[in-house]
Amino acid sequence: MARQRVKRFGRTERAAHWLLAGTFFTMLFTGLCLSVSAFAGILDRPTAKAWHIWSAVVLAAGLAVIALLGDRRSLARSAHDLDRFDADDGEWLLGAPRRFVNGRPAPPQGRFNAGQKLNASLIGGLMLAMYVTGFLLWYGERDTTYRFAGTVMVHDWATLILMLLVAGHIYLAVLNPATRHALRGMTVGDVDEDWAREHHAKWVGPAPVDGPKSPAG
Amino acid sequence: MERPTPTPREGLPIGRAALLGTFIAGVGGIAIAPKISSMLASAVPSAPVGLGDLLPGLGGGWRIYSVQSPLPTFDPATFELRIHGLVERPQVLRWSAVAALPGERQVSDFHCVTGWSVDKVHWEGIRPQTIIDLVRPKPSAQFVSLQSLEAPYIDQISMDQFREPNAMLARHQDGKPLTRSHGAPLRLVLPSMYGYKNVKWVRELRFDAVATPGYWEQRGYDIDAWVGKSNGYG
Repeated sequence: MARQRVKRFGRTERAAHWLLAGTFFTMLFTGLCLSVSAFAGILDRPTAKAWHIWSAVVLAAGLAVIALLGDRRSLARSAHDLDRFDADDGEWLLGAPRRFVNGRPAPPQGRFNAGQKLNASLIGGLMLAMYVTGFLLWYGERDTTYRFAGTVMVHDWATLILMLLVAGHIYLAVLNPATRHALRGMTVGDVDEDWAREHHAKWVGPAPVDGPKSPAG
Repeated sequence: MERPTPTPREGLPIGRAALLGTFIAGVGGIAIAPKISSMLASAVPSAPVGLGDLLPGLGGGWRIYSVQSPLPTFDPATFELRIHGLVERPQVLRWSAVAALPGERQVSDFHCVTGWSVDKVHWEGIRPQTIIDLVRPKPSAQFVSLQSLEAPYIDQISMDQFREPNAMLARHQDGKPLTRSHGAPLRLVLPSMYGYKNVKWVRELRFDAVATPGYWEQRGYDIDAWVGKSNGYG
């Protein structure tokens, strides 16, 4: 019998996600070549720099194109779902270290759990800070008045934090047995309904008495 | 009228607040990070070499880049500075002789091609003119190659660049003899060019007729590393 699936991400959100993933890793790798001696020999500087800067442009322009041509209602719905934190989310976040130890069930979650929402906010804020500091690094080469000692420090610290967040994100999406079912949502767009009911009860709702129920929202 | 509930059913817009807060912290960090960095640098004076590379901020704004590990060690008893090539009077100077050469002081900004800068560094060192007077380069000498104790690091500048008014072979930085990680006992300071031209651990000056690309130039960096005018602007 075929498993019941629920749709989680449309093509618009998946395009935005994979654009970010591709440009993020291009910028990470070329950035390491530009600033860490051990990587400096892998790519010559002009090439690394061109890829680094153009990836940032492609990401920003690509997101704009996706927002223009894509399903804006579904993007707005995802943004809304990521934005809103309720009492269960507070409990989810505060109880996360304890649950890690005792393995108790988490408070019911919506389409995104509180950790995913926080991760999205942090990555969004850090990426914007990367754009500001990245622009200053680029512009400071044209006008040294705009070279500030702190610019590259923030760019580097934000890189470190982003690397940790992305490493955790990939671990949970690809390796961790309890959560890796979510990966399907970002590749083909739907997830297993039983899994979603367990992990995102407030999104999928209770099990139907007779026949499958379509997800809310 | 409905009674107001402590938390609305759909929750509070905390996501955007967290995003904005992270962004503001990041941009504010441009101003605050150097202060935190210098506090950390004084709190952790003996931060292991390389840690500043991993945890940016421990070096008081400096990053120590090297191409070999461990860093070269300076021994005043055995150190020799060789000055040779197209010169009339080649020299091999013991450290005591190098230390005895007349010096000057300057305050200049240091810019790295990777984007960081350290403003107002106090240097003490030997002016290139002192070296020129000592060895008398021949007219055919067009370039000066600086070989580092850290083989295979080498870089080359033109005679004109060697004569830049702010150029010096620094012996002291911020009132103290150069430390091991900053190029002890001798480093080139050329503030108008990015740091990769400012060779650390200098052990040899060679006056050449032909241009030879230096360590990073062989890896795609610009030969003339003018701050603000090179490396695709940086």
